[in-house]
Amino acid sequence: MPAVQATTPVIRKTALYSVHRQMGAKMVEFNGWEMPVEYPSAGGIMAEHNAVRTGVGIFDVSHMGDIRLAGPEALAAVQHISMNDASRLAVSQAQYSALLYPQGTFVDDVIVHRLGEDEYLLVINAGTREKDFSWVRDNTRQFNCKVEDLSDDFTQIAIQGPRAVNLLQKLTGADLSAVKFYWVTRGTVCGLKDVLIARTGYTGEDGFEIYVPGDEETSARVWSDILEAGKEFGVVPCGLGARNTLRLEAKLALYGHEISDTINVWEAGLDRFCRMEKSDFIGRASLEKTKAEGITRTLVGLEMIDRGIARDGYRVLDDAGGGIGYVTSGSPAPFLKKNIALAYVPPNLASLGTELKVEIRGQGVKAMVVPTPFYKKQKKA
Amino acid sequence: MPYPADYKYTKEHEWIKADGKNATIGITHYAQESLGDIVFVELPKVGSEITSAKTFGSVESVKAVSDLYAPVSGTVTDVNAELATAPEKINKDAHSAWMIKITLKDPNELNALLSAPDYEKFVAEEA
Repeated sequence: MPAVQATTPVIRKTALYSVHRQMGAKMVEFNGWEMPVEYPSAGGIMAEHNAVRTGVGIFDVSHMGDIRLAGPEALAAVQHISMNDASRLAVSQAQYSALLYPQGTFVDDVIVHRLGEDEYLLVINAGTREKDFSWVRDNTRQFNCKVEDLSDDFTQIAIQGPRAVNLLQKLTGADLSAVKFYWVTRGTVCGLKDVLIARTGYTGEDGFEIYVPGDEETSARVWSDILEAGKEFGVVPCGLGARNTLRLEAKLALYGHEISDTINVWEAGLDRFCRMEKSDFIGRASLEKTKAEGITRTLVGLEMIDRGIARDGYRVLDDAGGGIGYVTSGSPAPFLKKNIALAYVPPNLASLGTELKVEIRGQGVKAMVVPTPFYKKQKKA
Repeated sequence: MPYPADYKYTKEHEWIKADGKNATIGITHYAQESLGDIVFVELPKVGSEITSAKTFGSVESVKAVSDLYAPVSGTVTDVNAELATAPEKINKDAHSAWMIKITLKDPNELNALLSAPDYEKFVAEEA
């Protein structure tokens, strides 16, 4: 018998890893990646969160994956594997979408960017990179289109907040005022030619995500150039801690929490990104069936009424104390200064104003169903 | 951040300052630093008993919940009510932002706890 080889899971690091360490970031493991959770030197999660709401913050999001589909049948391939209608995308436009299993549950949520006439880029989650790529490759074989995993090619930096546009404009020749939310452009950034600049993000604010060459030297230089250029706007580096509280306030789904391989589109309330009327796509038949049957649980926003913080996985109870659902994400909301949560509950207990309880260390603590998103970005004056 | 020499410490990062039969308990500077922004503290009521090495409450940061472990056994005589509305005081000065005061059940239990230099060595190894 050959000896069983012990395998240590490899923890991956982004090209900015040593920069984060030098800046004194607290590092955590997230989906197989060692990532900054907060920068105590920037004031920690709350300060980082509020900088993004009121000014600008930057995030290393290089752990996100990127899949490129290009070729004469690229659109048909994207349409087949995703639930939104990619035929509505103009060149340089992007949309939120999702990859579904045949049963209408989530492989992952994605942003689909149309980069060229027959060229699409799917930006996918870190924890599902390998799974997503093989799933996309396996399910697009019948199309005349090339599928490439570009995940390791880029350092992806998110610049987020109402001042993000002012900051990035200092570093690029591209006219950012001409780029609308969920559109992309290409331009020189920090002296690097032809950088993909997307007006997207995961914070509920205006902002950009830029894709620069993934080597350490370039990545570190761009990171430090952004921090330098942002000084006048009070820019701070932000970690995954603030990224999570920001996306929660804005009710943006996180894979493994609000969406997963056991949760379907209707339950997650992502109907408006699911175009049933477009051509057939994987998961559509099941979704038609589940729509007709109705759902048994739905995602709601909760605000704690009594003292206590609902956390991921906590049980939701009815008035009598019986378990009726569970919290998918829960946290103090640093900008709203409330304790909020997203939870799955039965539809008959999902109306706004319904009082429920969250079980916190054995105690039922009062919470109320409230409108979502908890936070909406301010309209420009 | 110096660890006061007249305090004793646990490996779960609580401090205790004893004065005869009475003692004051809080969490250490290292604990607050690891937790980050503290947003919530749950403490026992006056009159309740706490038991050495058992939980007596919890402290929550934006990210996480941590249990508080009793360094020794005793009866709660006072609770720092200020922390209910201003838990961030623990981040500002963990060694003065006390949580509870107790009367000790057995002052000898203090002997099992870490001295300031031993605790400092312990956190240096943990970091």
